[in-house]
Amino acid sequence: MEKRIQKNLSAHNLAIGYGKNVVVEHIDFSLELGTLCAIVGVNGIGKSTLLRTLGRFQPKLSGNITLNNKELDQYSPLDLSKKLSVVLTEQPASKNLTVLELIALGRQPYTNWLGTLSPEDEKYIQIALNAFLLNDLKHRKCHELSDGQLQRVLIARAMAQDTPLILLDEPTTHLDLYHKVQILKMLQQLAHDQQKTIVFTTHEIELAIQLCDNILILDGKENPFGDPCELIEQKHFEKLFPSEMVQFDAKTGSFKVSK
Amino acid sequence: MQRPRSYRISFILIGLALLCSWVLNIGSGSVHIPFEDTVSILLRGKPQIEAWSYIVWNYRLPKSFTAILVGGGLSLSGLLMQTLFRNPLAGPFVLGISSGASLGAALLLMGVTMITGMASFSFLGDISLALAASVGSFLVLSVVMVVAQRVKDTMALLIIGLMFGSITSAIVSVLAYFSSAESLQRFIFWSFGSVGNLTPNQIFLLTGIVIIGLLLSMLSLKPLNAFLLGEHYAQSLGVSLKKSRLIIIIATGLLAGGITAFAGPIAFVGLAVPHLTRQIFDTMEHKVLIPAVFLYGAILMLLCDTLAQWPNSASVLPINAITSLVGAPVVIWLLVRKRKMLF
Repeated sequence: MEKRIQKNLSAHNLAIGYGKNVVVEHIDFSLELGTLCAIVGVNGIGKSTLLRTLGRFQPKLSGNITLNNKELDQYSPLDLSKKLSVVLTEQPASKNLTVLELIALGRQPYTNWLGTLSPEDEKYIQIALNAFLLNDLKHRKCHELSDGQLQRVLIARAMAQDTPLILLDEPTTHLDLYHKVQILKMLQQLAHDQQKTIVFTTHEIELAIQLCDNILILDGKENPFGDPCELIEQKHFEKLFPSEMVQFDAKTGSFKVSK
Repeated sequence: MQRPRSYRISFILIGLALLCSWVLNIGSGSVHIPFEDTVSILLRGKPQIEAWSYIVWNYRLPKSFTAILVGGGLSLSGLLMQTLFRNPLAGPFVLGISSGASLGAALLLMGVTMITGMASFSFLGDISLALAASVGSFLVLSVVMVVAQRVKDTMALLIIGLMFGSITSAIVSVLAYFSSAESLQRFIFWSFGSVGNLTPNQIFLLTGIVIIGLLLSMLSLKPLNAFLLGEHYAQSLGVSLKKSRLIIIIATGLLAGGITAFAGPIAFVGLAVPHLTRQIFDTMEHKVLIPAVFLYGAILMLLCDTLAQWPNSASVLPINAITSLVGAPVVIWLLVRKRKMLF
């Protein structure tokens, strides 16, 4: 029997923006469970706006967003919190939380009104701690952590929320190359091993090409979507930046400064 | 999984401290009553002098009870505000919420009595005073909330709170200028702050208000914890922002407004106590913090009131002055020692 491909998140003819101000339109993509997808594009093109729309922090302008075969708008806040978790660019408001407390907050959709953690909740928290190598740090306060560590904690919190879809807004900014790769590899592993759909915005196009299963390029016109090799063949990365400044080398999948 | 820490021992200690400061508070006052007699009066025994029994039961006990409600309630409202605004310097006094309550009370005490000449010592008067102060604090709180949505800056928010303080005190001055000496005097005494002199009805009402405030905060445990991450994160955890925010604002307004109505504007307790509490209860979990902050605030208020009584002397200092003398240095010390106040 043919294995039915499970669509997790898809957008059809989606337009996003603020009020009457359309930022991007004609966005089409569809993601299966177990895929890592990057959203790339130049500054100000609307990557974060798209992510915020997908996370229902702001309303879409037109088109459809479907999550688990159901319109995104139809979910109640609590149901949505069991389907979708986020890692945002904003820092946690209180840096006085310990790592453990912060990750435990990810279990809120499942706990009773007092927020008591059940053994199952603790299991999920422990898995998240292990996956992001945070066991030694779990009693540290967030203000004592480095940027890379804090980012791992925030992703671990999203993982503990146990949702099929995780959205991340620029998870690798402010990190050095090693930590960028570390975070992205962890995300890849999470997507593949736990069959989650992970969508993140990034400026690390070269790393995304190497690590992602799908890439959505926001260019304001066609917004091509596909797996990285296809996109390279169709020469979509060449058009991303003005060629007199930066050129794309299809052989190595990297950008070079034009001389 | 290893549990972080249970705070049972800290809670037992703080409970004992509350008991001690309560006995101390009852044991001291303008009339000297020996400790053994105080205890025997409380245990329904016979003291050496019959009048002592009257003093303890009808004056000191209600006063200490009020102090517990006022200290606990104000501190709790401070904690709620710090979490709601995600601002470590938020508190009922700093953000102008107490000023709003003062304005409401002033309008009632000086404005209405000026027009109608009606004295407001009836139960209806108590309710209207609580209502006026609560409405005043709600109003300021809502405006500050709206402003906080636009201004993310910590300092800007505090300055706006200060400005509200100035505006209300200006309006109060205008009212004072036109009001009779009698009602002006009543307002001045009210503004000194006092936990004594409350009628049984007022204490009854205050208890109700504080219990409602406590219940609403307990109902908001999960949203409060989620707000520690920021509003977007809270929303992604399934918190309905509008509803939770409204419940927390109502709880805060009731606590700050109701307490200010009956005890006058009492400074710094709401701001300082949550920070002092975190020195002992090193957690951000509101399940622990709400009862801890309430108990700590009650202790501090009992001690401040004991100081205000100035043992065995007839003079009673304004409690507002004492809390400021205690609270302001605490805030400065916290700022200097930690440089950055975390919440």
